Amino acid sequence: MVPISNLSEYSVTELSFALKRTVEEAFGLVRVRGEISGFKRHSSGHCYLRLKDEQAVLEAVIWKNVAMRLGITPEEGLEVVVSGRITTYPGRSNYQILIDSMAVAGQGALLKLLEERRRRLAAEGLFNEDRKKKLPFLPEVIGVITSPTGAVIRDILHRLNDRFPRRVLLWPVAVQGEGAATQIAAAITGFNQLSPGGKVPRPDVLIVARGGGSLEDLWPFNEEVVVRAAAASVVPLIAAVGHETDTTLIDFAADRRAPTPTAAAEMAVPVRLDLLAQVERYGGRLTAAMARTLKEGAVRVEGLTRGLPDPSRLIEERALRLDDRAERLMQAVRVLVERRAAELARCFSRLPHPREHLAARAHAFERLAGDLRHAMATVLAGRTSQWERLAPRVQAMPLLRTLAREQRDVGLLAERLQGAVHRLGAARADALDRLGRLLENYSYASVLRRGFALVRDEAGHVVESATAAVPATVWTVTFHDGRVPVRVDSSARSRNRDLRQGRLF
Amino acid sequence: MDKASLPPDIAAMAFEDALTALEEIVRQLEGGRIRLEEAVAAYERGVALKRHCESRLQEARGKVERITTDGQIGTTLVEGEAVTEPVPCEKK
Repeated sequence: MVPISNLSEYSVTELSFALKRTVEEAFGLVRVRGEISGFKRHSSGHCYLRLKDEQAVLEAVIWKNVAMRLGITPEEGLEVVVSGRITTYPGRSNYQILIDSMAVAGQGALLKLLEERRRRLAAEGLFNEDRKKKLPFLPEVIGVITSPTGAVIRDILHRLNDRFPRRVLLWPVAVQGEGAATQIAAAITGFNQLSPGGKVPRPDVLIVARGGGSLEDLWPFNEEVVVRAAAASVVPLIAAVGHETDTTLIDFAADRRAPTPTAAAEMAVPVRLDLLAQVERYGGRLTAAMARTLKEGAVRVEGLTRGLPDPSRLIEERALRLDDRAERLMQAVRVLVERRAAELARCFSRLPHPREHLAARAHAFERLAGDLRHAMATVLAGRTSQWERLAPRVQAMPLLRTLAREQRDVGLLAERLQGAVHRLGAARADALDRLGRLLENYSYASVLRRGFALVRDEAGHVVESATAAVPATVWTVTFHDGRVPVRVDSSARSRNRDLRQGRLF
Repeated sequence: MDKASLPPDIAAMAFEDALTALEEIVRQLEGGRIRLEEAVAAYERGVALKRHCESRLQEARGKVERITTDGQIGTTLVEGEAVTEPVPCEKK
């Protein structure tokens, strides 16, 4: 049962549109602070999200044209201050805010967002140290991504020029505000897509630079698209964004971080004059070391040469030794001959003359003959006395026969004795004769004929030594063909001694 | 001797590699523990490396081009303050 009332009756549509008018008039332009939640970008380009705080939720829409110039990318959990107008959606009994602009709600929120994003990208490994590439020592081409106007590009070019002028490719980009992040990311990717050594060559190193500014000004360099492009760059990349105290996420993704654009230029190239000086220094050391090596070699050669004996001196030494040996040989021969001659003379002097020998033998022979005769007479006398004693007792006839036989025997024996004595004498004479001839052959006379002389003193003894030379004595010198008496010089002894000493050396 | 007479392997060397190689040769020669023939060869190579390094340092000429992206990537030369003049090399 519906109670009767004087309240006017609305259709749903009437009420909904009445509400819509009221709300839009009352909240035509509002600023709302809230945390982004459930952000969705529709394929149409429109964005849908909710703003919320502890107790309430507000639906929000960003139309495509607004979203394109928003400046920041709405992100889950980001606390923002938006401005816009409230409207309702009668079809769903809904109200929402149509956002015109959006700003991050204070630095704290921004830093919180930054930190969360940094953690997320770090967890992906984008900032890993092993991804960092070494900068080339001396790049030929340097790519610079920055604003074409302003101090940054001027600072970089000046410093490059001071250190080592290089070919610079400037990729102009907006470095803050709307669309900056997209341009910067596109420039990084674009440089990487160039081919090395082409008409527009791929740079050997990239510098992404921007001067100092507020956190919001630098925000494009915190954008994920820029950070990912920097991390993906094949070309080594130097980030120089803001002042030294500013940190943006591209700093983590870059291969090197420079505190200022000028510092980035210093990292990119070495100082040409330093290198020239270094090359010159190496050149000097090279030459000096080579010269020293050669000199040391020369000194060594010289030293070794000094160690080598002089061949001519070697020969001279050998010649001297040869001469010495020859001299001694000659002397030895002479001494030997002299010694032998002396020996011979000594032997000769002791040799008895053949006549003496003969006489001795003849004397012995005579004695033997006498003995024999005596013996014969003794035997005969014995036999005679025996005969006289026995004669009276013997018959004459047998005795006569015996006698006759004995007489015959005696005669035979006498003949044999005589023959034997004769033969003995003849044999001895022969032997004597032979010895005599032999002696003649060995006689010193033949030595004398070879030019030697035999010296005898007054007593007829052979003088064998110069030491026997007593001054004023008379010696007989026998040559092969005669004898000459000589007198020894009064100075003979001393001179002989000198002479002999002279020969020793 | 001009650059063409450099050994091909040296002519193709990056500056840093050539400088490192030169330094290595200098140290080797200064160390003195090297045979004379090797020393002569090393010295000649060192001279070639030095010449190569010098020629790379002489090639210092600054030029600034601005990337244009209308249709395809090209460049326009940037005039004025940004253009750098080659610094004359002082040679002894």
